[in-house]
Amino acid sequence: MSWFKRLFWRRRLFGELSEEIQAHLEEKIEELVADGMSRKEATAAARRAFGNVTLTEEDSRNVWRWPSVEELLADIRYGLRALRHNPMFTAVALLTIAIGIGANTAVFSVVNCVLLKPLNYPNAEQLVSLHQIAPGAPGLADFESGLHLSPSMYFTYAEHNRAFQSLGVWDTGTASVTGVAEPEQVRTVEVSDGVLQALDVPPAVGRWLSEADQVPRGPQRVMLSYGYWQRRFGGDQSIVGHNITVDARPREVVGVTHKGFRLVDTDFDVIVPLAFDRRNLILAGFGFEGVARLKPGFTIAEANADLTRMLPIWMDSWTNGPGTNPHFYEAWKITPMIRPLKREVIGNVSDVLWVVMGTIGLVMLVACANVTNLLLVRIEARQQELAVRAALGAGWGRMVRGLLVESVMLGLMGGALGAAFAYAGVRLLLAIGPTNLPRLSEISLDARTLGFTVLLAVLSGLFLGLIPALKYAGPRASLALRSGGRAASASRERHRARNILVVGQVAMALVLLVSAGLMIRTFRALRTVDPGFTDPQHLQVMRISIPGALVAEPERVLRIQNEILEKLAATPGVTSAGLVSEMPMEGFDSDWDCIFAQDKTYPDNVMAPLYLYKYISPGFVQTAGTRLIAGREFTWSDVYGLRPVVMISENLAREMWGTPLAALGKQLREFPKMPWHEVIGVVQDVRERGVQDKAPEIVYWPPMMEYLFGTKAAQTVRTETFVARSERAGTEAFLNEVQQAVWSVNSNLPLASVRTMQEVYDKSVARTSFTLVMLGIAGAMALVLGIIGIYGVISYTVSQRKREIGIRLALGAQSGDVFRMVLRQGAKMALGGVAIGIGAALGLTGLMRSLLFGVTTRDPMTFAAVAALLILISLLASYIPARRAMLVDPMVALRYE
Amino acid sequence: MKKTVQRDLFPGALEMMILRILSRQPSHGYALVQHIKRTSHDLLQIEEGSLYPALQRLLKAELVKAEWGISSTNRRVRIYKLTRAGAKHLEVEVSSFERMLEGITRVLAPGES
Repeated sequence: MSWFKRLFWRRRLFGELSEEIQAHLEEKIEELVADGMSRKEATAAARRAFGNVTLTEEDSRNVWRWPSVEELLADIRYGLRALRHNPMFTAVALLTIAIGIGANTAVFSVVNCVLLKPLNYPNAEQLVSLHQIAPGAPGLADFESGLHLSPSMYFTYAEHNRAFQSLGVWDTGTASVTGVAEPEQVRTVEVSDGVLQALDVPPAVGRWLSEADQVPRGPQRVMLSYGYWQRRFGGDQSIVGHNITVDARPREVVGVTHKGFRLVDTDFDVIVPLAFDRRNLILAGFGFEGVARLKPGFTIAEANADLTRMLPIWMDSWTNGPGTNPHFYEAWKITPMIRPLKREVIGNVSDVLWVVMGTIGLVMLVACANVTNLLLVRIEARQQELAVRAALGAGWGRMVRGLLVESVMLGLMGGALGAAFAYAGVRLLLAIGPTNLPRLSEISLDARTLGFTVLLAVLSGLFLGLIPALKYAGPRASLALRSGGRAASASRERHRARNILVVGQVAMALVLLVSAGLMIRTFRALRTVDPGFTDPQHLQVMRISIPGALVAEPERVLRIQNEILEKLAATPGVTSAGLVSEMPMEGFDSDWDCIFAQDKTYPDNVMAPLYLYKYISPGFVQTAGTRLIAGREFTWSDVYGLRPVVMISENLAREMWGTPLAALGKQLREFPKMPWHEVIGVVQDVRERGVQDKAPEIVYWPPMMEYLFGTKAAQTVRTETFVARSERAGTEAFLNEVQQAVWSVNSNLPLASVRTMQEVYDKSVARTSFTLVMLGIAGAMALVLGIIGIYGVISYTVSQRKREIGIRLALGAQSGDVFRMVLRQGAKMALGGVAIGIGAALGLTGLMRSLLFGVTTRDPMTFAAVAALLILISLLASYIPARRAMLVDPMVALRYE
Repeated sequence: MKKTVQRDLFPGALEMMILRILSRQPSHGYALVQHIKRTSHDLLQIEEGSLYPALQRLLKAELVKAEWGISSTNRRVRIYKLTRAGAKHLEVEVSSFERMLEGITRVLAPGES
């Protein structure tokens, strides 16, 4: 018989069973009546002889059943009924759990998709980034990204390695695409051969760039990203084989990448081949990131050893030019530190995410404690019911199970609701799209996340139910029948569980609030740091690139840039304008090189410390609001006259010559043949890589000079960030005028990365503000839940102790005494919680050390303030019930029961 | 032990008796109870209700089958019949029970050791 058929058959069977037993009883009664009994006596006698009819039926049915499952179903039905009968309680409990689980699920989905899931490439575990450090290179320690690869290094590694299937280098950049519609600045990645082969994702249309496309001065080719192809060419497949104009040079489109394809974590519009010319390569030029795929079975340690082995080959095969010692890089102590590509993609966000996950988990615990408290109160009211069930023969195991089933159902329903919250939360997150979160596009609620939700729901259900169940349905449940009705005053024991829960809640709230407090202090500390520019909301920045194919002659480029600056300065509302190779915090790769001072000696004459350098136009320092400490700014006649002048940052001046004034008139240069440049100005330090990081030493060159790229001919920088100071910065009308101003000079120049400096600044502190917001939300939730917990417990105790309070008052206690007694109870719990919380926080805040700035993990101010806040709020929460206790009328209280 | 006078049946005893009665003639529940009482001269105190779970167990094991019929007192009742498997089962049970009883009796018999 099928399981399904059996179910119906069984229903009939059970009906027949009742009928049969009924017939049995009637037959017996009739017989007894025939023997002379009254009908009433006979009925009683028949039932006595038969035994418990219900139990008999139950036992008979159980023969056919799978008892444990069916009892569970019965428990579930019973539990649902209990929840339905108490809608207020159910709603509050469900909502609390749902918010807790929802928040946890949402955060877990982020953790899962960003940190746990493998990258979106086939066999992604084989992919590595070729990170290396050079502890012996002076100044390099300042550059977080380590020592990048030079093209010559790439060729050596690619040709001599044993550990890699394929290997390549890449870089990001921008280019202008013209001739399609309006001129457009697009995001590019430049790749060498080996990069796309390593990543091993098939193209959507056409073919990948191959070795044949990497020939210098060979055919010019390009690949489009899926997004750019859709946006600009409407997904037209026939674009493959046609030319587009990139940086004023026609290039043939050979293919389109797969949808969602990113290079490491870089989103881009076009891929351009690097096409290195081997004949011109030198050892230096450490400007490229390396990516590679390990051969199966090779470990990262073996790959590191492989790179180490090839470094001497590299130094033997290339040179920095006649007269230089190729082996001087040995002093740099170049050390390969290959990292899994995933780590490269995730970057420093994992600290933040784990901290947020931890805090949200704590909030969940606080929420569970609250619901447990609710359950404890409710079960107290149900004690009679439980006692009756126990008296009627229910085993305590069965009763505990019943209560657990009830709370697990609460957990599961909360989980279902929570999953809906989480779905909405994740949608919201994607809509806001914090740009500094890697792999954002991959975030979704997948099976693992939903599994996590279910697990969390069941665990929280068990956690919720365990304390009430063991306490009230345990072996001593029958006691309640005796003491339940006219209860004596609350015994200490009856409240212990609730008090412990509240103390725990306060402690957890303290931990969360201290973390949030530390983040607030961090944020304030960041705000007080002078970034090296003023009023960022009034600084409009934009990138403009003038490709060589459009304007060949360097001085002509500078004239155009100068003209643009004049037009910008003439725009209504603009007080000044200037240009720079990159604004602080813009996040472009920094330029750095050895910088020599005339009055210093260097070993081998090639080993000077590395410093960051930039190119700035006259007027830039004033526009940005960077303070001039000593000397003067560049003038246009300095620049056009190719005068050998230079400006430096204050910390560089102090490091080299002690004071800014002493630096004036000193001489610097970058390349051996370059004329010495005289320091004419010293400017304030600038927090180049964000306010958390210390300001690096910076050299500011003029935007046009001889030896700009190491060769004698005067050169200019073609891609610059233009900066205009105006109160109207960021407004639509202003942006239109700025665009017109640029196009009035040359209509082929696209604007890119148009932002106010405030946006750039906000982005640089986004990690801190994101953490602050998350911890703030978590702390606030914990605080509110904690207050509800304290208030709930105290007001419940007061209502339970009404009679006792009445007696005290009747015996002459002053109402003030009663008031203080209740407040004392609240204060005791708060103090206990605060003490435990401080202990826990001292241990836990160490985990967020990497997120803090300008404040220690044990900041006494924060700890004291949070502790005081919690105690104060706990007293407030007990104030209302204390007032109520004070106003108890002894007569009413005593008569009441 | 609560009461020494009244002893619970061992598991399976009731089923064995039911099968024995049914092997002589099909009957319904009430008749079975009466039969046990009468033939045991009220020596066995069984709660009448306990018959029914036992009957369900036998039904499930397919040792008996049941049909609705009319009793001698003109009542619609369920009449139980032994199946072939039931008959075989009864034989095995009875012989094993007799061996056990004999063993117990021998041990309990006075003065034989």
